[in-house]
Amino acid sequence: MGVASRFILRRRGGKSWHWTDIVTWVWLVGGLIIMFGPAVWLAFSSFKTPAALAEFPPSILPYVTSQATVQGYDKPLQLFEAKMPDGSTKVLAEVRRIGLVAQMVDPTTPGEIVRVNIGDRTPVRSVSFATENYTTPFTQFDFLRYLWNSVFVTVTATLITLIVNSMAAFALSKYEFRGRSLAMLIILATLMVPLSVIMVPLYSIISSLGLFNNLWGVILPTVATPTGVFILRQYMLTIPDELIDAARMDKASEWQIYWRIVLPLTAPALAVLAIFSVVWRWNDFLWPLIVLSRRELYTLQVGLSIYSGELNVQWHFILAMTVVTMIPVVLVFIFLQRFITTGIAGTGLK
Amino acid sequence: MGEITLTKIKKSFGAVDVLKDIDLDIKDGEFIVFVGPSGCGKSTLLRTIAGLEKVTGGEIEIDGKRVNEVSAADRGLAMVFQSYALYPHMSVRQNLAFGLENSSMPKAEVAERITEAARMLEIEAYLERRPGQLSGGQRQRVAIGRAIVRRPTAFLLDEPLSNLDAELRVSTRAELAALHARLGSTMIYVTHDQVEAMTLAHRIVVMRAGKIEQVGTPLDLYNTPANRFVAGFIGAPHMNFLAGEVADLETGTATLATAGGHRLLVPFSGHSLSVGEKLTIGIRPQHITLANDPGSLKVKVRLVEALGSETVIHADLNGEKLLAVVPGQKLISPGDETYLSVAGAPLHLFDRNGLRVKGS
Amino acid sequence: MSTTSLTDRLGSLLMAPVHLLMRIIDIPLRAVQKTAGIGGMAAVFLAPNMLIFGIFVLLPLVINFVYSMTGGTAFFLSERNFIGAEQYQRLFTCTNYLDPMSCQEDAFWTAVGNTFWFVILQVALMIGLSLITALILNRDLAARSFWRAVFFFPVLLSPVVVGLIWKWILQRQGLLNFGLYQFGIEPYTWLTDRNWTFIATIGVSIWAHMGLYTLILLAGLQAIPKDLYEAAEMDGTKPARVFRRITLPLLAPNLLVVVVLALIKAVQIFDEVYVLTGGGPGTSTLYLTQYIYETGFASTLRNPGLAAAASILMGLVLVVLTLIQLGIGQRGEKKGKR
Repeated sequence: MGVASRFILRRRGGKSWHWTDIVTWVWLVGGLIIMFGPAVWLAFSSFKTPAALAEFPPSILPYVTSQATVQGYDKPLQLFEAKMPDGSTKVLAEVRRIGLVAQMVDPTTPGEIVRVNIGDRTPVRSVSFATENYTTPFTQFDFLRYLWNSVFVTVTATLITLIVNSMAAFALSKYEFRGRSLAMLIILATLMVPLSVIMVPLYSIISSLGLFNNLWGVILPTVATPTGVFILRQYMLTIPDELIDAARMDKASEWQIYWRIVLPLTAPALAVLAIFSVVWRWNDFLWPLIVLSRRELYTLQVGLSIYSGELNVQWHFILAMTVVTMIPVVLVFIFLQRFITTGIAGTGLK
Repeated sequence: MGEITLTKIKKSFGAVDVLKDIDLDIKDGEFIVFVGPSGCGKSTLLRTIAGLEKVTGGEIEIDGKRVNEVSAADRGLAMVFQSYALYPHMSVRQNLAFGLENSSMPKAEVAERITEAARMLEIEAYLERRPGQLSGGQRQRVAIGRAIVRRPTAFLLDEPLSNLDAELRVSTRAELAALHARLGSTMIYVTHDQVEAMTLAHRIVVMRAGKIEQVGTPLDLYNTPANRFVAGFIGAPHMNFLAGEVADLETGTATLATAGGHRLLVPFSGHSLSVGEKLTIGIRPQHITLANDPGSLKVKVRLVEALGSETVIHADLNGEKLLAVVPGQKLISPGDETYLSVAGAPLHLFDRNGLRVKGS
Repeated sequence: MSTTSLTDRLGSLLMAPVHLLMRIIDIPLRAVQKTAGIGGMAAVFLAPNMLIFGIFVLLPLVINFVYSMTGGTAFFLSERNFIGAEQYQRLFTCTNYLDPMSCQEDAFWTAVGNTFWFVILQVALMIGLSLITALILNRDLAARSFWRAVFFFPVLLSPVVVGLIWKWILQRQGLLNFGLYQFGIEPYTWLTDRNWTFIATIGVSIWAHMGLYTLILLAGLQAIPKDLYEAAEMDGTKPARVFRRITLPLLAPNLLVVVVLALIKAVQIFDEVYVLTGGGPGTSTLYLTQYIYETGFASTLRNPGLAAAASILMGLVLVVLTLIQLGIGQRGEKKGKR
């Protein structure tokens, strides 16, 4: 801890504390709590039982109240720690509650009813993770299906994005031809046309192509992203033209030049685009919401929003599935964060 | 065979004419060097021969066959690029093999050719390395190797030595000459360095502004430059140019007057000069000697570069710059006045248009 | 050494079918190259992208105008009747132009008003916070990339997840009420209060997006040559003056880009709000995209033509903003070249 705090709190030139150092420190620690706190809170909550979720004030860790089967009672009874009139405490099981008084029994001597003021008893609780929050939606609801749909959409769309955009970027970076600036202009212009502007006509096109309620209807409109073309083109411009000439002298066809020379050399930019694409497609919401109306076709995002919008929200399942939805993105964040941040800083695009 | 014939080659990028009516015959087995200042079109000319650029007009023939419409891949030529253009993601072996595999050559033969070329160029030790792990000189060899394995009708080399340091450049130059002697194939070599051109070429093609200024053997160009540009370009340090005027004409000799009233006698035959005509007189610095004779050129010394084996004197002759390279070490310092003699030096005469005066 | 060769071999084994596929594709393309020439291959490479652009972006863009001039609830153009500018008229019919409720499409104008205030407040606050964060991250910090990552984390989260995270925190038994409870403040149902939901949508969207803008601004700050600061320090310039005279002017182009980028995003706000509040309570957080979505698809009285008209109006705003952004970008590029 000492080393870590010294590392984190190291200040300019090791001089004495300046007020700006304090502001910096407060800002950063505050940021840490505000940025990570909500997601961490959600993750903790996802392991709670519905009963624990309904509690106020909430506990941080998931607790369950202990129960015991007592002889003479059919159902298991809840255990409480009760303060006895003589000042000692005893673990008792509650039989029923009448007003401010609870009727309790000692599990060891079930015959005898003890009356305890409800203010004098606290439930016996232990930490327990409600893993059924995770297993039930997968086994009894369609979430496994949604997960598969999301994975399918993400992987397929990303692969097509990489191929189609790298081909276009190759044409726009390594060839001189009439209409090149027009093509660039068209691609640039599509930057101005986000989905929210064209969703109505796009829907009609998708349905006339028979892609309504079809995962391909989600995939295809997203794969020709101008951002992708720009990132790749920018990178391909740095590949020397002499390399292409050398390959032409080496009897390579243009297609061979594309996949044996240019594509391998564009790998870093392709990786950045692949990461972006995975995050984009995984997170897509509005368009899948429009195109997919059959339950078995929902992606995770759509499924989550539909379930969370129901009148009787089953928060314990929703929270668990939110965590599942978060996992790939968190993995990307942990392992590939550096890639993304330099990618964004370099292009200014997301 | 590797005969290449260029007839009236034209190339323009939009409104800019980069090549203007280039005519050239390159013989089989010849080592020919295109030389000229940057932007003269020499690289473009090489690229049109390679097929990487399409000509705007004229004809290219290889071994008597018109190849204007033949793609670069099918002309049977190999090229060594200035930046080497090695595929960075492939090992040296894969770099050499790439072109051969593309012409679907049997694997055994590919391996054999690579082994042979690697032995010839002494790059066997790093066949499995990537270009990024090689030094500049090693990369250069690989680039040449990639051309050799193709066994092309002709090699095209685009400033292949310009990325090497001075010492390596000299030794690689010698190796290239040896390689050419061994392979005996036609080589077309582009450079802006006239020393490279002089040392390597059978014939040099001097180019300027998209035109050929002169074609000839290195000594032809040195001894009888066709115009002022070639005279200034070939030879180091550059030739001195003095303004002069024909003062007197006799049979076999012309008397020239330079600024400051000096008179130079030049052997001359023919009738292309007339008295009073303004000329440019070219004198190579190496042909000027120090003299004590008051009849020689009286100059003021501006700068002295003592190189040990020789001394370079920058002098001022009545406001005109004069450079002299004299052998040995001389006790002379800036500000001195001294005499320089051009007696016995070959003088090059150029007329008002910069062309060599016939008969001089 | 042996492990690398093993992975290499495994990699080449996995890539073998891909290579084979590429080789098969090469055969017809070589024939195309023979006839079309090297220059013609550019068209081949561009074709798939242009085809997808054409079908899924350009075509809808054109159809959108046609759509906005037709009526009815059918989606296929052939089943729709031409009504001219009626949809636009409908959008612009108001008895009192200062009161959205007096308009025929009061929901549209409510959405416009909500979006307007949302955009102004969200962008101003977010850029302010991003700038402060970027300035702090630009100090001589240990573990800067860690701190940068902290602020960037929510950017990657899906809007649905963002919406759910905050819905969970803002609900009655949520973390916020728990925190306030510690100070003796009674739990409150934030998401049923018109004013609080509006503020919540602003706060949540700032939380989710500020990392991106922090990152771009930080990159801009780090591009400012250090020797300028050293020179200022040698001159004994006060920090506030250094900020005003060096940092701010040199950061200005970046700041402008970031503001426009944030504006473009903010105008289109939908996902996280839809999950968090569903536009409610009432219409207090109904923003433009949700209006278009609900008018076009969701409501039983759907009117695709009206949605198209509204989306074109929104598109116009975005085009203006994008042109500004491109203008700035181009100016920056020219400056860089000079």
